[in-house]
Amino acid sequence: MKLTKLLTSAALVAGLATSAMADKTKVGFVYVGPIGDGGWTHEHDKGRLAVEAEYGDKVETVYVESVPEGPDAERVMTDMALKGADIIFTTSFGYMDPTINVAKKFPKVKFEHATGYKQAANVSVYSARFYEGRAVQGHIAGQMTKSNTIGYIGSYPIPEVIRGINSAYIHAKEVNPDVQFKIVWAYTWFDPAKEADAAKVLIEQGADVILQHTDSTAPQAAAQAAGNVITFGQASDMSEYAPMPRVSSIIDDWAPYYIARVGAVMDGTWESVNTWDGIGAGMVGIGEISDAVPAEIKASALALKDKLADGSYHAFTGPVNKQDGSAWLADGETADDGTLAGMNFYVEGIDGDVPQ
Amino acid sequence: MIKLEKRAQPSRTLALSTPLIAVVITMIAGGLLFAALGKNPFEAIGTIFWEPLFGEFAFYYRPQLLVKGGPLILIAIGLSLGFRAGIWNIGAEGQYIMGAICGAGAGLAFYPMESIFIFPIMILAGALGGWVWAMIPALLKVKFGTNEILVSLMLVYVAEQLLASVSLGLLKNPQGFGFPGSRNLQEYASAHNAELITGTGMHWGVLFAFIAVIMSYVLLNKHILGFNIRLTGEAPRAARFAGVNPTRLILFCLGTSGALAGLAGMFEASGPAGQISIDFGVGYGFTAIIVAFLGRLHPVGILLAGLLMALTYIGGEIAQSNMGLPAAAIQVFQGMLLFFLLALDLLTNFRIKFAVKGAA
Repeated sequence: MKLTKLLTSAALVAGLATSAMADKTKVGFVYVGPIGDGGWTHEHDKGRLAVEAEYGDKVETVYVESVPEGPDAERVMTDMALKGADIIFTTSFGYMDPTINVAKKFPKVKFEHATGYKQAANVSVYSARFYEGRAVQGHIAGQMTKSNTIGYIGSYPIPEVIRGINSAYIHAKEVNPDVQFKIVWAYTWFDPAKEADAAKVLIEQGADVILQHTDSTAPQAAAQAAGNVITFGQASDMSEYAPMPRVSSIIDDWAPYYIARVGAVMDGTWESVNTWDGIGAGMVGIGEISDAVPAEIKASALALKDKLADGSYHAFTGPVNKQDGSAWLADGETADDGTLAGMNFYVEGIDGDVPQ
Repeated sequence: MIKLEKRAQPSRTLALSTPLIAVVITMIAGGLLFAALGKNPFEAIGTIFWEPLFGEFAFYYRPQLLVKGGPLILIAIGLSLGFRAGIWNIGAEGQYIMGAICGAGAGLAFYPMESIFIFPIMILAGALGGWVWAMIPALLKVKFGTNEILVSLMLVYVAEQLLASVSLGLLKNPQGFGFPGSRNLQEYASAHNAELITGTGMHWGVLFAFIAVIMSYVLLNKHILGFNIRLTGEAPRAARFAGVNPTRLILFCLGTSGALAGLAGMFEASGPAGQISIDFGVGYGFTAIIVAFLGRLHPVGILLAGLLMALTYIGGEIAQSNMGLPAAAIQVFQGMLLFFLLALDLLTNFRIKFAVKGAA
């Protein structure tokens, strides 16, 4: 293929040019939202800044924000690769096929795709076990709710989100057998107006705890306006809404991973890997549990977090049935990563259907 | 004191030159915006307009202009017919999505069979999908007198929900581990809208866009239907006296714009995007409205406007990664372009008079 050759040779020239000039490692980031979203993209950008802080003059980072998933993403990645990027982090599920396409054209450039499942010789995939954080969240939420109704704002019905719902539900049910989940699908990762509407609808339906798998702080603001509704920060700490409504949070901490991967490119030890880390490895953090939560609940939540961190407890431990009543995990059995990675069913007790 | 005076005849010179003036004013105002953000305005404007065309990597960006501009032009050509006749199809985004779903769906129905007939069937299905979606506001308008602006716009949201539904259900890739999104059509040779000549960005959709430009030019200038469209837009009463059938005109304009938008969606899904996914719609249908007006609803103007719009997108991304300009600044820059164009439109129909105070 002529173009492929042309592209790779250009990349080679550009790569040689930059390395000859400054010997800097060039790192690209492709973001799905604006860096000021206060959630998902914000945390990835903090990871980028951490890479800069760690390596100083030895790295140069570039990023493009609010990149639509599809051909636009492919162009942005190609642009970065052409300009001599050594490693490119593509930070949304929808960038999966574009990442693979561009990676084929630039075999010397390393790619890191977040939350996907397609790996290649120069494409690693990485994700965090957010569901461990959801377990702690469910544990707190189940005991804090007075109406026994927990509202959940889903983004897209993909395995990652469904895992989160199941994990939160299992652990809320464990501490409060009467608890009910109401789930609204927003079909967006970041849309403050839609997220606020979803939160308001859930609150009107009696939810006094709002969990969100979308990235803006709009649900936090809606809960604050309603009063007596608690929330949890998503992806980012969202501590500006503490101590109420935000009583805790799940924090994605990409910094250590990004620093390690960029370092591996620098010393030539980079290999394609599939990373899925949780609380133990520090990729998932639990934000400070505020004083709005009674001390004994806080203590048991932290104990649960420690058990998840040291591996003595798995968030999906049997007995757990699927929604239709069929057995999934036997007593004491833990879920395997394969099932978790492709999870497309609710566990027993959750009302409603996974959108098909 | 400044007064506006209506011109007896809209100024032809200004009608043709306002898009250029608007571009220049946008550059100036955008430059000020970039300067306020602490970036070198000349470098920023230069990056946006120069880099994709003549920069170091122009060999990659120039084909990308066609990839990005193709669907915009194809949709805008369809819209311009209706807009000329005062028929406002605002829902091209929905027709684009429906075309993509039907086109890709038709292709996937044959998977994994290989045949040269599959792609033509997909083209037909894509056009049909967009046409049917546009026929809903068209029929409601001719039967019940509903407002086609509202109906076509609302149907965009219906189409988006359908898109989410098929991405998660009907068209979901069975080998996708439960993740949403269809099979990748780029890996299915019979259904792949590949580049016609490698490295040029020319795929079937771009070719269709060019054909649409020519057909629309011929239609508007040489055909009685085109004359009727123009007449209805410029003098509705005269058109009625001349025996123009408004029902037929509405059905034709909405149907054609829907079919072209559907084609654009189908070519995008089977080519550059490669798959149907929840986020497939990225706003081509709405941006095409800007393109249609930027091009003065004229086929050649639309061709140029589509490429210009593509240029600001691609150049804008380069400015982001090279200079760290925020995405929002680029969007403001694009918004300014339409704003100044519409503001300057005033000058084609009015002239500014500097009246002496008291003399009026």
